[in-house]
Amino acid sequence: MALSDKDRIFTNLYGTQPWNLPAARARGNWDGTAAILARGRDSIIDEMKASGLRGRGGAGFPTGMKWSFMPKQSDGRTSYLVVNADESEPGTCKDRDIIRHDPHTLIEGCLIAGFAMGAVAGYIYIRGEYYNESVVLEAAIAEAYEAGLLGKNACGSGYDYDLYVHRGAGAYICGEETALIESLEGKKGMPRLKPPFPAAVGLYGCPTTVNNVETIAVVPTILRRGGAWFASFGRERNQGTKIFCIQGHVNKPCNVEAEMSIPLRELIERYAGGVRGGWDNLLCVIPGGSSTPLLPKHVCDDVLMDFDALREHKSGLGTAGVIVMDKSTDIIRAIARLSAFYKHESCGQCTPCREGMGWVKRMMDRMVTGDAEIEEIDVLENVTRRIEGHTICALADGGVWPVQGLIRHYRPLMEERIAAFKARNTRLAAE
Amino acid sequence: MSTETVEPTSFAFDAESEAKIATIIKRYPEGKQASAVIPLLYVVQKQMGRQTGSAWVPRVAMDVVAERLSMAPIRVYEVCTFYFMFNTRPIGRFHLQVCGTTPCWLRGSDDVLRACKDAGGLKGYGDTSADGAFTLTEMECMGACVNAPMIAVDDDYYEDLDYESTVKLIEALKRGERPTPGSVIGRQTSAPVGGPMVLTGTEQD
Repeated sequence: MALSDKDRIFTNLYGTQPWNLPAARARGNWDGTAAILARGRDSIIDEMKASGLRGRGGAGFPTGMKWSFMPKQSDGRTSYLVVNADESEPGTCKDRDIIRHDPHTLIEGCLIAGFAMGAVAGYIYIRGEYYNESVVLEAAIAEAYEAGLLGKNACGSGYDYDLYVHRGAGAYICGEETALIESLEGKKGMPRLKPPFPAAVGLYGCPTTVNNVETIAVVPTILRRGGAWFASFGRERNQGTKIFCIQGHVNKPCNVEAEMSIPLRELIERYAGGVRGGWDNLLCVIPGGSSTPLLPKHVCDDVLMDFDALREHKSGLGTAGVIVMDKSTDIIRAIARLSAFYKHESCGQCTPCREGMGWVKRMMDRMVTGDAEIEEIDVLENVTRRIEGHTICALADGGVWPVQGLIRHYRPLMEERIAAFKARNTRLAAE
Repeated sequence: MSTETVEPTSFAFDAESEAKIATIIKRYPEGKQASAVIPLLYVVQKQMGRQTGSAWVPRVAMDVVAERLSMAPIRVYEVCTFYFMFNTRPIGRFHLQVCGTTPCWLRGSDDVLRACKDAGGLKGYGDTSADGAFTLTEMECMGACVNAPMIAVDDDYYEDLDYESTVKLIEALKRGERPTPGSVIGRQTSAPVGGPMVLTGTEQD
């Protein structure tokens, strides 16, 4: 059964209503926030655990558990909540809609989450390109301060909490949580070695939790309606509702909030007008943003959109950016463009990534034209395995997974292209 | 415009910038003012745009930022060159930033690029038009994928483009107009074409 509007958290996803405080209050934001805080830290964290919410930024770590890692007693250091609004994974544009159309769900979530982890302040790190979105967010925060919802004695709860917006400046790597912290401290966005994890040593050396925008923005509704309500959608371990970004070769690309574990085919056909030219014209789908390996059509026919089902097919839910490609797509070129992206975005700290992403891109460029030897497909696959897991952060992993997916499912096509290139050149040489 | 970089010999924040800086510094704890380096570099770039018509960050301004934040100049240089959105060379009055990543490419970003070249008088990425009006840059995914293909003109997104609508946009910029940002085909932001299919307010409880 499809999700009904009364169970949608982001009721202004498309911005059909104003984003401002009076409109947000009419939508139910900031309703009884002080009473939620009065339940206490442990009770809030338990409710979050009961909701089954897993992080919406790509990695899918259980949110309640993540919060519980924060120190219960301060050792003299302050604690921080940092919200990751550096949405840059190709195919992902969900946090943008939350920020520009429903900023108060995010701001209220920041207050509650900050309280639950004992933070004195929160920073929302928003990607630099989202300039207009950051203007809305800052204005919404100013409204919240004005109304006494943030700052000293926030919402009359007796708890003091400050919230700030910090703009990034165009670096995908800053979506990695420790690179984001480095950037927020005024440095190049280069990931830190873990451990120590941010909950022990994060921003300014203080205990810090980094959460995605969507993760934080669903918190107030979960606490108002109960963890059990949120957990009633989707399969075990994959609960809740989720914003999907459906794009590429569909008739009506759009963002939509749907239930977790919805079949991919239903998601595309119910909400995005179906695949251009009909379902049988489908070639493949990248299900969760650029880092997740593609799924050929026969998998798309019945796969469910959740963490576990996509993992079984050696892919992932990631950020739920659903990139649909029909049979007119040059799939080798589509993946090669992603290789160019990861080369561009490597921070250069780890050798396998700095050198490897460039090498993979150059190899992929040759695979596009077919100017290669068949054996080089194996060399390419082999090198991706040597890059994967050998760097500080997961950027390089995300960079090679799409290539591995291509080889896994479309090796015959790659061989065909190489053969065609050879045939063309032999003919030219003979003339 | 000459491709040679003409470095100014001095830089000082104007009153508008100083007002902005005062609000920025307050966001960070005592002693952690280095956090303000990216925001201050933005302030520099905006001021340069205001004063010279070219929004970029000259080296001498990086030194001013370093001094203001008690940072070693090299720390500011490395931040300024690490992050893609800071222009370390002069650019045109309008910065045309074309998204060429796969989601936009699937929906025709090659046509958008061609339109920028044709209408803007640009040879390709990295080029600035002879009249100094436009600089063309290829961007990596800008996060508007369900409204692909798109370009950003300075800070504004224009979405759901094709060749003709991109040419129209650039012609409007040439006339000194600034069309309303967003979907050029009149879509309600990220809702499907033809209007939302959920959140329509018609559902009965």
